Amino acid sequence: MLADKDRIFTNLYGYQPWNVDAAMKRGDWDNTKALLELGQDKIIDVIKASGLRGRGGAGFPTGMKWSFMPKEPRPDRPSFLVINADESEPGSCKDREIIRHDPHKLIEGALVAGFAMRARAAYIYIRGEYIREAETLFAAVAEAYNRGFLGKNACGSGYDFDVFVHRGAGAYICGEETAMIESLEGKKGQPRLKPPFPAGAGLYGCPTTVNNVESIAVAPTILRRGAEWFSSFGRENNKGTKLFQISGHVDRPCVVEESMSISFRELIEKHCGGIRGGWDNLLAVIPGGSSVPLVPAAEIMDAPMDFDGLKAVGSGLGTAAVIVMDKSTDIVRAISRLSYFYKHESCGQCTPCREGTGWMWRVMERMRTGDADVAEIDTLFQVTKQVEGHTICALGDAAAWPIQGLIRHFRPEMERRIRERKGETGGNAPMMEAAE
Amino acid sequence: MADAPNIPDEAEVRARWGNFAWTDENQKKANEILARYPKGREQSCSIPFLDLAQRQVGAETQTQGWLPVPVIEFVARQLGVAYMRIYEVATFYTMFNLAPVGRYHVQVCGTTPCMLRGSDDVLAACKNKGLIKGKTTPDGMFTLTEVECMGNCASAPMVQINDDNYEDLDYDRTVTILEALARGESPKTGTQEPGRHTVEPIGGPTTLTAMVGDNHDYRGEWGA
Repeated sequence: MLADKDRIFTNLYGYQPWNVDAAMKRGDWDNTKALLELGQDKIIDVIKASGLRGRGGAGFPTGMKWSFMPKEPRPDRPSFLVINADESEPGSCKDREIIRHDPHKLIEGALVAGFAMRARAAYIYIRGEYIREAETLFAAVAEAYNRGFLGKNACGSGYDFDVFVHRGAGAYICGEETAMIESLEGKKGQPRLKPPFPAGAGLYGCPTTVNNVESIAVAPTILRRGAEWFSSFGRENNKGTKLFQISGHVDRPCVVEESMSISFRELIEKHCGGIRGGWDNLLAVIPGGSSVPLVPAAEIMDAPMDFDGLKAVGSGLGTAAVIVMDKSTDIVRAISRLSYFYKHESCGQCTPCREGTGWMWRVMERMRTGDADVAEIDTLFQVTKQVEGHTICALGDAAAWPIQGLIRHFRPEMERRIRERKGETGGNAPMMEAAE
Repeated sequence: MADAPNIPDEAEVRARWGNFAWTDENQKKANEILARYPKGREQSCSIPFLDLAQRQVGAETQTQGWLPVPVIEFVARQLGVAYMRIYEVATFYTMFNLAPVGRYHVQVCGTTPCMLRGSDDVLAACKNKGLIKGKTTPDGMFTLTEVECMGNCASAPMVQINDDNYEDLDYDRTVTILEALARGESPKTGTQEPGRHTVEPIGGPTTLTAMVGDNHDYRGEWGA
């Protein structure tokens, strides 16, 4: 188990105040000027060497992302850092804890990252529903300005840097980076076609990098403790510590920072008091937020919780939002509810997604009650394949994958419902026939 | 969004809200918001302005607030953009109410993580207190909406009522909160689980126990 001294988010549970004085006592804003004096290239090198991969779901190497930004931004086209705090993926609840309990880690990270990529300012896009969290964040940014940590000559470094908070208003799709940029510009959050990529033309047409809250908030600690420290956790290619969010049928759901590559069993046993009803009662797990396919109990139990380990079992780490389902779960309903989520959140721009998400949800509801034909399972699978990969952003894929995972692993259950509804008896069960 | 009720631009709505303008306090807030974005990019204020306007309508009507058409027109004028550019934003984002809501907007999360922890019971409690999805109670006290994931999954199930979250709910706890609100009280926000602080495991944290009683600085142990 990760030692407490190696945890980055020491005030994760908010037992202590979030304010700047308390945060400084925990080590935030400790001679930030010295971190900036490392220089842009050195900061990016350290982040690259630490092996940090983006914490928002895709897992793109963070240092490399920063290095795509222009080395000499023109005054009429300044660079921007946009921090994605639009945490809306079902199961994800980590950025909320960072923002309401450790906001100065994020703000200090914004300065360090913004400086490294030569950005003029950072916009933190926080989801609209995080109302109290946004109040904390606004107040924390104001504190940082008052102390001279932000603004002109930030931290006495000679570098001018601003941090602004922007509240959304309830749209999952704004977590997609180009939709977030559209929304920041005051428009509907509909994703843009890529290319051009945001690093070339993003917010207001200027070079922009969009990073997740956790990716940014861990940066100052990595710089203080060194790349070797961070990369001493986790397997090759899956380095560092990570906030895991465990929800669903465990005895004690929680958010906890752990070493990457911790096994699922250890994570649940150490922090969540085990599976409700014991390990034999585990049915399936969605290990990375609603957008990744579910994994049946037998395959997940000893899987390492990291990018490659979960890819190997046909799923993904995503945001490390672990949704646990025991055998009392109506698994078809659980996935159908996710289909409803995607139907609700489709932005309506691309036809396969706009029409497909609604269609898939309606069929999933019939699968839930069994009011369908067995052959329709194949039709449903085909339609998910027609949505997947045929849309501008990944929401279409995200809507398709949970259903594909369900069909892959729980087809017998779906067929059983259909047969039961039709009044037929299932597979090997003895036929009810009158005695001769 | 698709099931959001659309209120037509009726004469009485225009009569009531045609003269909408910022209060002095909100004018100050609007100026602060404008200062966050570069010159010439005023359209970036569309969401914050609509939010501010909805809150002002809410303060005037003693509800969570909503966006009558003349108010949306006002925001468009403030930003110097076409009405349509603001109207489409108001209809795109779910937090903007296009029809009047009650004093308390009860938004129950029904997405899978909450569903697994018993959001059906929360909705049943609302139903038994007379709340109907998509409707406002006759006394104007409660409007019930089932919403999508609110990001409180480790303390599910939850409900957001106006600006506050109530987490770790069950049937009885939901009833208690609704009754307290109806009496005009302010029930405790956050987790409703006795003894739980925020999102640590119920029964006490398995990590960072030194932080519970003291703002512990771990830097002294870094070298060890």
